[in-house]
Amino acid sequence: MADLEVGDQVQELRVTPDKYLPHRYAGASGDFNPIHIDAEFAKAVGLPGNILHGLYSMGLVARANATALAGGDPRALKRLSVQFRGMGLPEQEIAVSGTVKSVEGDRVVVDTVAAQGENQIIRNAEAELRIK
Amino acid sequence: MTLKNDAIGKEWPASTYQVGREKIREYATALGIENPVHFDLEAARAAGFRDVVAPPMFCVVYALPAMAPAVLDPEVGINFATMVHGGQDFEWGEPACSGDEITTTPKCTEIYEKEGKGFYVFESNSVNHDGEQVLRGVWTNIVRGV
Repeated sequence: MADLEVGDQVQELRVTPDKYLPHRYAGASGDFNPIHIDAEFAKAVGLPGNILHGLYSMGLVARANATALAGGDPRALKRLSVQFRGMGLPEQEIAVSGTVKSVEGDRVVVDTVAAQGENQIIRNAEAELRIK
Repeated sequence: MTLKNDAIGKEWPASTYQVGREKIREYATALGIENPVHFDLEAARAAGFRDVVAPPMFCVVYALPAMAPAVLDPEVGINFATMVHGGQDFEWGEPACSGDEITTTPKCTEIYEKEGKGFYVFESNSVNHDGEQVLRGVWTNIVRGV
């Protein structure tokens, strides 16, 4: 990993959350907001259907960076800052892509985006990792 | 319209969460994370952890129970019908392992209006049973049309 340079692309992660993923994530996280698990409720409040939890998508950003840069080491990720924008939907592929923004010693900062097609569901995500 | 901001600086009671192996496995499975250190005690110990270790974003599991009373507090006055989760910052310290008792304290740090939207910013501080820093979080909720 010592060879990382500013501008390098980080290995992309592609995941398609299935129809019931929001239910499993709700159980795993404890966030049972009905906009994530009840399509009828979500439509009644003006959403296209039940939407993914933003923190699930953020979890994929964390997974992508730790996997690509640190072999999945849970100690590597030191900081992650994201802005939630477009809504994520189940049954559509999510692509998490990143570009190395800075390298200082063992600290690497990666700009990351999570998108479903043209719809960026997380942008301006900045991940700082300590790489051995 | 001026946004009610009496709650700036308010802190809520700390809440303690006990981390368990099955909950870590459940979270890692939902996220599709396959590293055996999140599932298997021997693999975790071989990698230098005292027990099965949580992925970093498991922090939402132990911090959410502490944050909910703050975000739901009528004194803060968030209109949930038009609230969205706008941004999230986490900074990690010691990893969280099964058996840890993690205590999280929430605080409201900012309430302000910008371009017709209300911004409600909370900070959380989480320490483990040894008093070691595990997590600092900044949670930003945005309310449209204030």
